[in-house]
Amino acid sequence: MTVTQTRSAVTGGPGTEQQRRRRRPPNVPYLLLVPALVFYAFVVLVPTLSGAGYAFTDWAGRRETPGFVGLDNFTELFAAPAARSALRNTLIIAVSTTVVQTLIGLALALALHSTLASRNVLRTMFFAPALLPPVIIGFLWQYILTPAGPLNDALSSIGLGGLTQNWLGDSSVALASVIGVIIWQNAGLTMVIYLAGLQGVPPELHEAASIDGAGRWQRLRNVTLPLLAPATTIALSLTLIGSLKLFDQVYVMTNGGPGYATETLSVVMYKEAFVSGRYGYSTAIALVLTMIVFAFALLQLRGLRRYEVQQ
Amino acid sequence: MSAVEVRGTTSGVRPGPRRRRWTLPRIGAELGMLVVAAIFLFPFYVFLSVALKTPAEVARSPLAFPTDPALSNFAEAWERGDLGTAMVNSVVVASLSVLMLVAAGSLAAYVLARRGSRLSYGLYLLFLLGLMIPLQLGMVPLYQLMRDLNLLQTYTSLIIFEVGHQLPLAVFLYAGFLRALPKEYEEAARVDGAGPLSAFVRIVFPLLRPVTGTVIILSAINIWNDFLTPLLYVGGSPQQTLPVAIFAFRGEFASQWQIIFAGMGIAIVPILLVYFLLQKYVIKGFASGVKG
Repeated sequence: MTVTQTRSAVTGGPGTEQQRRRRRPPNVPYLLLVPALVFYAFVVLVPTLSGAGYAFTDWAGRRETPGFVGLDNFTELFAAPAARSALRNTLIIAVSTTVVQTLIGLALALALHSTLASRNVLRTMFFAPALLPPVIIGFLWQYILTPAGPLNDALSSIGLGGLTQNWLGDSSVALASVIGVIIWQNAGLTMVIYLAGLQGVPPELHEAASIDGAGRWQRLRNVTLPLLAPATTIALSLTLIGSLKLFDQVYVMTNGGPGYATETLSVVMYKEAFVSGRYGYSTAIALVLTMIVFAFALLQLRGLRRYEVQQ
Repeated sequence: MSAVEVRGTTSGVRPGPRRRRWTLPRIGAELGMLVVAAIFLFPFYVFLSVALKTPAEVARSPLAFPTDPALSNFAEAWERGDLGTAMVNSVVVASLSVLMLVAAGSLAAYVLARRGSRLSYGLYLLFLLGLMIPLQLGMVPLYQLMRDLNLLQTYTSLIIFEVGHQLPLAVFLYAGFLRALPKEYEEAARVDGAGPLSAFVRIVFPLLRPVTGTVIILSAINIWNDFLTPLLYVGGSPQQTLPVAIFAFRGEFASQWQIIFAGMGIAIVPILLVYFLLQKYVIKGFASGVKG
């Protein structure tokens, strides 16, 4: 593609161009890409690249010239308690929400793909939390999980008083509580993805399998699940990437506490940047987060490809 | 599994409503799902009941239903939190961003899907990368950039950010749809002498209506709910959006949960309204959006 071609294509061009085009598929000029590219470069590409550069400096709030410090930020990150817990928690949250949410979403989809009379209402209900602002979900659950709050009250009133906890204030259960909230909010999204996938499962296959004597469980394992592999790929990627970047709900519900019990990389990164003004260090944390996201994405891509090939 | 299954297969009609007997396993399944749903919906009950309680009732029992619904909570939240302004801000930012996103995203995807060159494929992958890159990595440099350009605390900063941030999703959706769209229509228009842009506007864009719906729904929800960047860019200013305004409630009203919840209730009314009116399309949009 040359510049002259682009210009002539936009302005209508000389007659020879018109004639040539008749024999070729439409030659869409790259010029039409420019508005999107400008926004994308300004908001994502340029800041991300310069951010990756700042990760190796001691850039701080007011200092005009950031100095190169090599890997210092990273050695600090792996030694600092806040960042270490954040690293650990981020991985725990990502893996557990991905596994549990996928299983729950799949179960809900299978249940609501059937002919239950209430299925349409229930689909709408289960999906609703996924639409709400995470900030609001955070406040709602912060209240529900307070020691004298509705959850403990409900548990006591149905005779499960022994299960009451200081859900967000006790460092041994706080992380699990956060994970539970995330799953509650997003299980409906996984369900919708699986429901879409289930629509692509031809009923004839089920009939054939049941004529061959396959029971319900066998049909699920050997017919439905393999055909849901693409839906699984999407559900897993979305959940994984989303939960690795988790910020809003944690920031609102616990702000990383008690202690460092629910700290995530995004939250530590935010605090280091906008509370402590340590820009260099905070972008180093973000760079580590980015590496983790890419590593998981690659891992998942390879694993799933093998799984899909096997089918 | 029997009766249910056999009848299901012999009837042969698939989705539509099927006439089936209320067998015992079936009633069990219905009831089971309703119990699951009730547990799942418990937080919404809490939401609504707290928003309607008086402070004394909130303190008395967290579970009880409000005996005398205190609608004044909503009025108080609306006025003291200046939620009217925040709602206008959210609407302005979301609608302008979505408008520009649809224009820029569909044009970009048109180029990327129609040109079979290596460059266009590379650029497509570059856009997709944006679905993975955590925005945190560029957060500080972008914040500094916006500050240096004197754009903080303006709609402009937020709109630029939202368009750029949502573009990968829009490009991904549009490009997927365009690849499956036959080229003949636009080729005919081009033969008739239309330039690429006018062929796009007159022929291609109208054909993109279904995926445009998906892009609008998905990105509008994402933008409406966005918190971190709006907090940084317009937090505390008269331009702040709803999630940021609600976030400020927690500090301002400390433990007055009934006011906080009433404010939250007001903030989600627009989304819930849209959702219940369009729920079929919203769910379909999410499903087809993620199906690619």
